[in-house]
Amino acid sequence: MNPASNLQKMLESGHFAVSGELGPPKSADIETLKHHAHDMRNHVDAYNITDNQTAIVRTSSIGVAATLIQMGLEPTVQMTVRDRNRICLQSDLLGAVSFGVRNFLCLQGDHAKFGNEPGSKNVNDVDSMQWIQAVKNMRDDGVFIGGEKLEHPLPPVFIGAVANPFADPFEYRPYRLAKKIAAGAQFVQTQCIFDLDRFEKWMEKVRELGLHKKVKIIGGVTPIKSIGAARYMQNNVSGMIVPEELITRIKGAQDKKKEGIQIAVETIQRLREIEGVAGVHVMAIAWEEVVPEIVERAGLYPRPQLS
Amino acid sequence: MIVGERKPLAEIAAMLKPFGKVCVLGCGTCVTVCLSGGEKEAAETAAALSLLWQKEGKKGEVKTGTMLRQCEYEYIDDYAARLEEYDAVLSLACGVGVQAMTTRLPEKIILPGLNTKFMGYPIEQGVWKENCLGCGNCVLDLTVGICPITRCSKSMLNGPCGGSQDGKCEVSKDVDCAWHLIYERLLKMDMLECMEAVQPPKDWSSSHHGGVRTMVREDVRLESGQ
Ligand code: SF4
Ligand code: SF4
Repeated sequence: MNPASNLQKMLESGHFAVSGELGPPKSADIETLKHHAHDMRNHVDAYNITDNQTAIVRTSSIGVAATLIQMGLEPTVQMTVRDRNRICLQSDLLGAVSFGVRNFLCLQGDHAKFGNEPGSKNVNDVDSMQWIQAVKNMRDDGVFIGGEKLEHPLPPVFIGAVANPFADPFEYRPYRLAKKIAAGAQFVQTQCIFDLDRFEKWMEKVRELGLHKKVKIIGGVTPIKSIGAARYMQNNVSGMIVPEELITRIKGAQDKKKEGIQIAVETIQRLREIEGVAGVHVMAIAWEEVVPEIVERAGLYPRPQLS
Repeated sequence: MIVGERKPLAEIAAMLKPFGKVCVLGCGTCVTVCLSGGEKEAAETAAALSLLWQKEGKKGEVKTGTMLRQCEYEYIDDYAARLEEYDAVLSLACGVGVQAMTTRLPEKIILPGLNTKFMGYPIEQGVWKENCLGCGNCVLDLTVGICPITRCSKSMLNGPCGGSQDGKCEVSKDVDCAWHLIYERLLKMDMLECMEAVQPPKDWSSSHHGGVRTMVREDVRLESGQ
């Protein structure tokens, strides 16, 4: 099968991929987001667009993807199963493919309790695993979940999933990745990596199971902007590990923001050394302007130009 | 059992405002066992209501009674005569009881005194936990007796989400992660292969999502269809 996208091409040709992340705003005014996208266009291979992240109502991921495509940039549309049943998920996927989206990241989504509509109904008609498989079945077999055939075959799409080495039960996490691969995941992005030791332990098992040969593993990296942000992630985000040493290190630094960037750069450098890590996903939400610097200092610039 | 919780007195008082003679009617089954709508709670509610009415200077009378099961016509028919004198009945049964009463006694106003919460059981004295959503197609065989539909906050069928930490659900540190429990139990029973296969999307049409459900058992049906 031909690569579906630039991101897939990059990964499959063995280049260490870099993806960025854009968080749509709580309004229909996406000018700032467009600026961020523009500013990192030479530094990332594709842009994840989050889907109502932490269950907060925002401009839709697919809506923003349309703009990105008009700008000549490559989106990775995040699709959570939290808010849409299988009718809507499949229809939205077709809609996105129709105007050129090729990368999809299938995920469960944070519980609505955390967002700005805590009284909403959590849909969860299918789960993330089933959604990965459904996209694969639409693409490879031309069938919808209900068994009916698509009227025309789907063009190649690149199917992504998420993996969280920091969630529990830890020993099960590599097997969960294996299951996602069996369901159809071709690339995975991990939760933000702050605890590299734990990440390496997870990767060890992943390699032992041979999973790194079956899926492209993209490590999530987030520059820590402030002690407050680090503490928040440490205490309030379930499934995230922020080691105390990291906070101490930033606390001790003269320029805390600079230190946060430095840590991100070092993290990427370490990730590049780990066998089986195929790229990084830089998530600098509300701090997008530092992405180019991080990518450059990590030695990942200029990005390879693939024809 | 069906677990309920009595509505706040102010809410009850507001809904009873138009009525003078009221019966607070307990139910002798689930809600008695979960200490929310039995004989004792009916008496307490009636006493509290009388006191409130007295304080407010409202004219009226609150009495109390208990029926063994408000969700069966047989019991309703036996009890019906005793309800004749009332303007309204404040039922402390679950929502099923309130509706069975309404259907059987269409001329009576039956009001809900409880919030019906869930199907579950007490895990310790005074603590009830939800366990089953009545999905109509039980998967407890695959999950060794722990319901992922009900006890996983996202009703996932293929293992724990990325928010599971230290055995707890991302939704609250007070809620166990169902998939952590399932994993541990499968591990202990040497049955982890149960989690291997990708479980296909669930057919929710057997659940409430398929529309209102009715079950017919021809073998036990009476000819009259009653
Ligand atoms: S699988 Fe369905 S029937 Fe079985 S316990 Fe869970 S909700 Fe109830
Ligand atoms: S933490 Fe566990 S119980 Fe909670 S939503 Fe995730 S898998 Fe389900």
